[in-house]
Amino acid sequence: MSQGGQELLDPAVAEIVLARALSHGGEFAEVFAERRAGLTLAIDESRIESVQSGAEEGAGVRVLSGATTYFAHVDGLDPADLERAADEAASALRGDRAVPQPLSAEETSPQPIERPPEEVPAARKAELLRELDERARSAGGEIEQATASYGEARREVAVANSDGLFSGDDRTRVRIGAQAVARRGDRVETGAETLGGHRGFELFDDDPAAIAATAARKALTLLDAGPAPTGSMPVVVGGGFGGVLFHEMTGHGLEADHVQKGASVYSDKLGEMVAQPLLTAYDDGGMPGEWGSDAIDDEGTPTQKTRVIEDGRLVGFLYDRQSADRDGVASTGNGRRESFRQLPIPRMTNTYIAPGEAEPEAIIGEVEKGFYAASFAGGQVDPATGDFVFGVNEGYLIEGGRVTRPCRGATLVGNCLQALAAIDAVGNDFWMKTGMCGKGGQKVPVGTGQGHVRIAAMTVGGTEA
Amino acid sequence: MSALAEQATGAVEQAVAAGAGDAEAYASEAENREVRVHGGEVESLAAATQRGLGLRVWIDGRVGYGFGTDLSSRGVETIAARAVEAARVADEDEFAGPPDAEGERPAVAGLSDPSRGEWPPAQIADLALAVEQTALESDSRIAAVEQAVYFDSAERVAIVSSSAVGGEYEATSCYAYLQALAEGENGRETGLGFDLARSPAGLDPVAIGREGAERATEMIGSIKPASRSCPVVLDPTVAASFVGLLGKAVGADAVQRGRSPLAERLGEEVAAEAFVLHDDGLDPDGFAAAPIDAEGTPRRRTTLIEAGRLRTFLHDSYTARRGAAVSTGNAGRSGYRSPPGVAASNLIVSPGAASLEQLLREAGDGVYINDVAGLHSGVNPVTGVFSVGASGRAIRGGERAEPLREFTIASDLVSMLRAVRAAGSEPRWVPFGGSVSAPPLLIGEMTVSGS
Repeated sequence: MSQGGQELLDPAVAEIVLARALSHGGEFAEVFAERRAGLTLAIDESRIESVQSGAEEGAGVRVLSGATTYFAHVDGLDPADLERAADEAASALRGDRAVPQPLSAEETSPQPIERPPEEVPAARKAELLRELDERARSAGGEIEQATASYGEARREVAVANSDGLFSGDDRTRVRIGAQAVARRGDRVETGAETLGGHRGFELFDDDPAAIAATAARKALTLLDAGPAPTGSMPVVVGGGFGGVLFHEMTGHGLEADHVQKGASVYSDKLGEMVAQPLLTAYDDGGMPGEWGSDAIDDEGTPTQKTRVIEDGRLVGFLYDRQSADRDGVASTGNGRRESFRQLPIPRMTNTYIAPGEAEPEAIIGEVEKGFYAASFAGGQVDPATGDFVFGVNEGYLIEGGRVTRPCRGATLVGNCLQALAAIDAVGNDFWMKTGMCGKGGQKVPVGTGQGHVRIAAMTVGGTEA
Repeated sequence: MSALAEQATGAVEQAVAAGAGDAEAYASEAENREVRVHGGEVESLAAATQRGLGLRVWIDGRVGYGFGTDLSSRGVETIAARAVEAARVADEDEFAGPPDAEGERPAVAGLSDPSRGEWPPAQIADLALAVEQTALESDSRIAAVEQAVYFDSAERVAIVSSSAVGGEYEATSCYAYLQALAEGENGRETGLGFDLARSPAGLDPVAIGREGAERATEMIGSIKPASRSCPVVLDPTVAASFVGLLGKAVGADAVQRGRSPLAERLGEEVAAEAFVLHDDGLDPDGFAAAPIDAEGTPRRRTTLIEAGRLRTFLHDSYTARRGAAVSTGNAGRSGYRSPPGVAASNLIVSPGAASLEQLLREAGDGVYINDVAGLHSGVNPVTGVFSVGASGRAIRGGERAEPLREFTIASDLVSMLRAVRAAGSEPRWVPFGGSVSAPPLLIGEMTVSGS
């Protein structure tokens, strides 16, 4: 058992800060302290460049009074900095002093890191990028360019609040990415692949440069691609990052802030069937080593595995403290923030469709004419209307139950309620991928996952005239 | 010299002492405020001061970057050590080096409006509440406002370099927006309203609220259009989004590395004559305006596309040296955490003579695009080929008719620019994905994919 990042905050100082934050009233006060340090580098034109190294520390103090949150943040962790933030947060309140509970330290278990990346020489990281560069370039004569990037970040956090909670976490993440550009005459296509986790440098023990080969293979495949079909048809979505479809079209609508404001198509659907019985889905912030995992969320609540859809029925939303209080339930450990400079809001962690029973070959084999979206470039959804759009960066035609020629430039558009209900097969294969999710101007690391999944009918916005 | 500039000077000295051949420090401090309101109540009120320093160092053609928030002398020493260590990992680049001193620094009036500080938290909260209330009262079909947000910032930036380039400036910025929700037969519709200015007095809460409400209610009853090729009119916000993409394509860095659809097209015809584009780092109405760019080179106004031809690319000091050109003062950066790179400043599409009504009449039978989604995933940045989700209105008999949703538009950047038939007479500043001023644009023909 480690104490995570608790040493960032002296409990005696935290108690003083919380008392000052409540000096003009309020039902709840919290101080969130953070130290973050990171290194990023890139290779482009086979040259190591953009080497950036930095560290930031600071704290955010919030006071809740009625329906209003008062928030202030400061750079620096000196007791004087923290007290200044507390005074600033309290300055707009006009009530009587409230008294915080004495702090009691919680035990947390940060994700184990075998080889802290900061202990690995920077030259080794540069060498890793050179391996990626070579692997992409050796994939074929039509590979015209390759780039790759490496990033490591450590976030130590400590949280103390007026309910007496005092907790911490120590988070290390590493991630590499590879991009390749292939050219044949006037045709130019790109491919990309990433590998990341809440892990140390041990993540790169097993042939990390394979992602560069994958990126190159995607770009080369697209050189042979024809236009994408247009219209409504069965769509088979690939595993791993294919899960971003579920993340966008359903996950965001399950975040309790959207739900409570009526800004989610799932607002009035709790307990109802929203999918066919073959679909069960979770959000799990505790998956070992996954990109979206942490020991606690950014309000000190331990992360947990939350079932959101059970056999097709909507059974749960994702809560932070405030939205949980509003619904009279417990936080699900989904109160996350990009840094001490922001307020926590309900966010996904690792969100996935649980493995089903179908064989991936059968899922495709049953489609006479359709589209196979093996991987996405990304997507966007309006949680209030449920309308979404996804860019497919690796897509193929399905003809006569077989994956045939690659297609370029396809887009999937639809509405989440209809698309989720139209999932009629979930594969027994399963894997996770990494993503960066933006909401309210805050970006946090999230995991997405699933096996192959089939949507009976969906609109493909193609490039075919 | 301000305290901030002194800290930046100290950082440059520390870097040189730690082994850097040349060094450049970028220090910033900002006071930010944000109010979020919902349901007639203040949901959150945030206030913050933020400061940090980024240090770029050059050692024998190798570049390194360090940054941090601890600006004590020990903290700055650590930043310098990080930057020097980073440079030793990088490979040599013959074009790397600090910017050369160039030209006079222009004076730019109107960047900072001190009246921002005279608005206490209660008054800016009232402004945000007025935005929400206007939307709720403007139409009975507005069921709620997801949130109304007010944000303001006062920032000071100091850049100091061992090569004597640099400067300091202050700027204020404010914006407010809301997301209104309308109740339709087939579920809810959302509408965005926004405005930006240098001080809260420059914002019109009533106009923001009305815009959000109108954009939400006009989508009620929307249907999927049939697939076809037809004239389209781009809303200024949509035109601005595409111009933001174009701003990346005209960056010399993307061009030199062979990752721009405009590479090899300098001097060629890339647009219709109706489409005229400038980059103007000196127009104080745009939030990217400043006397100097992110590495201390004077900002300026640059003609990018005129008479249909691509006139120049945008340069910072690195791409200028590499391309035997002159920096156009287009080094940008997203704060002290990242080193400068080529970026458009304020992109300005010249307005034309036609009102929006005239554009619609000229389109006759087509589609008005209100909003696009998925620009970050639906565009190939190397080729400019795109397919993005869209929503809007049918254009029938030269007027806006039934609302449309769940369709895509596809083309490529250059084909779209060549198909511009007219620019509208009423431009608007749009701060998403860059700082762009754009009027509505009539595109002669585009592929619309629906049912």
